[in-house]
Amino acid sequence: MKTRFLIAALALLAGIPAMTIGVTSGVVAADKPVVIADATGTVGGIKVPSANHPITTDVPAEATHREITDDQKRVRNYADQPPLIPHAIRDYQIDLNINKCLTCHDRRNTAGSQAPMLSVTHFQDRDGQTLGTVAARRYFCTQCHVPQTDAQPIVPNSFQDFDSVLGHAQGGQK
Amino acid sequence: MTIRDAVLCLWRLFALPSVHFSLGFLTLGGFIAGVVFWGGFNTALEATNKEAFCISCHEMRDNPYEELKQTIHFTNRSGVRASCPDCHVPHQWTDKIARKMQASKEVWGKIFGTIDTREKFLDKRRELAEHEWARLKSNNSLECRNCHSADSMDITKQNPRAAKMHETYLFTGQNTCIDCHKGIAHHLPDMQGIEPGWSMKTSQK
Repeated sequence: MKTRFLIAALALLAGIPAMTIGVTSGVVAADKPVVIADATGTVGGIKVPSANHPITTDVPAEATHREITDDQKRVRNYADQPPLIPHAIRDYQIDLNINKCLTCHDRRNTAGSQAPMLSVTHFQDRDGQTLGTVAARRYFCTQCHVPQTDAQPIVPNSFQDFDSVLGHAQGGQK
Repeated sequence: MTIRDAVLCLWRLFALPSVHFSLGFLTLGGFIAGVVFWGGFNTALEATNKEAFCISCHEMRDNPYEELKQTIHFTNRSGVRASCPDCHVPHQWTDKIARKMQASKEVWGKIFGTIDTREKFLDKRRELAEHEWARLKSNNSLECRNCHSADSMDITKQNPRAAKMHETYLFTGQNTCIDCHKGIAHHLPDMQGIEPGWSMKTSQK
């Protein structure tokens, strides 16, 4: 019996420094400009679903965001950026049997669909050989091309495009 | 000779006027029996026309039904959903009976396990899909149009892309729903050699 009390007391003692460190590090994190979710689970006033919650509480899921499906092309931030998908792609099947995207965007189908054709880079294999059809490494469209939602970024983004960096930004860019 | 005799004997018995039963009993009894028979037939028919019946077989429950659950015809913003017979059984009586008679082949398939594993189902999927495409093509996508009427379609509410396609192909009668909207409720089989509706070389109909 005595030994049990002893072990419990030792455990409590061992816990005290850990608790104090926890408290101080929380304060430090709040002071730093580095964006880490603080104890209230917010970043810059925005609630972050994955922030540190007590594991025992049920946190209601965040509402999902709406897809942007207005068919408007978005400007690319740099020339190599894969263009975004401005339409709904729910249930689009991309597998061994069929690639739903290619039924419109493939070279053979653009006359009927009036969709933009895949760029020529998609017809080249990794050795630069041009093929008659879409290269296998380019087959899975959504690896690079994604639709957008109306979600606001939870972390601020300081990206500047080429023109703004060079200082000759023209009207019309973001 | 004996068969002819037997048939003749039966016919004489059938043609004989009733000896023991009154005319009233026979007409009323016949009427009631008819009502019971017809009611029973229709109830049985309706019972086989429910989704619960379709997915009481593992072939349908594990393959097409699982796929349907992901799609917009199962879960969507307004909560209206299509069940199996909405798309796969014609709603009009004669067409329905014709389809039900066709479906007796599916009972055969069930008994002999034509698609009783995932692999068998996948191997047969192209053939099964082609049957459905052919059926919807020949009846001008009737089961689609039971809910989606071209007359009630407000294309100003559609994406410009969709509106243009419907104007070009649907309203002109050049194509029917299934020509472009294949695989909207289930996964597609190997589509080798099948052109999309807007690129079909033979879309004149």
